[in-house]
Amino acid sequence: MRVVVQEQPFDIGAETITFAAGHKEMGAIVTFTGIVRDLPDDPLQAMEIEHYPGMTEAALTEIAQTAIDRWELGDALVIHRYGRLVPGEMIMMVATASKHRKDAFEAAEYLMDYLKSRAPFWKREITNTGESWVSSKAEDEDALTRW
Amino acid sequence: MDVLYFAWVRERIGIPREQVETSAATVADLVAELRLREERYELAFSDLTALRVAVDQKLTDFDAPLGGVREVAFFPPMTGG
Repeated sequence: MRVVVQEQPFDIGAETITFAAGHKEMGAIVTFTGIVRDLPDDPLQAMEIEHYPGMTEAALTEIAQTAIDRWELGDALVIHRYGRLVPGEMIMMVATASKHRKDAFEAAEYLMDYLKSRAPFWKREITNTGESWVSSKAEDEDALTRW
Repeated sequence: MDVLYFAWVRERIGIPREQVETSAATVADLVAELRLREERYELAFSDLTALRVAVDQKLTDFDAPLGGVREVAFFPPMTGG
């Protein structure tokens, strides 16, 4: 398992190749990437992501370990950025490796659902009209009940 | 103990962290003490349903005990991913 919290961009191609290379016995690799999305009505200048150093790494490690145990994954990767990002930039990625694709897809969804509301990150949107903290969504909390 | 604030909680209180001398038995008791300090604390802690708390970097509840604890953090619901 690898958990990375960093300010600088990551290379999704290189990360995916490195991740996949180590798992000959795994038939399925799923990757998901989150992108900073522009706001159609009020163009986004930047997104600032704050986090809780120490707790962030611990929370991500715990979430990833739970996924590895539950779906018997060969491996899991979580990369999450913080700091100032502009629309189109990659915020985060997860990768899961399993023998068969169903487990890899499900585990990746699980990682994403828990990353949304159980990892200590806070997003702030800076637009032409002002700045505001992104509110958590009830649906993100509801998403956890399926697991 | 160290008390940390993140996102709009940090902005309302005006500092990211501080050392607090307290004999509060639980997180809720600590919140009650902080609210009495100044209006900015009262403002930040006025609606506990809008807040989350971590004790020694683990997410917990407001009734969590504080015995032996080194670090308490207050923040809004998280928005990762």
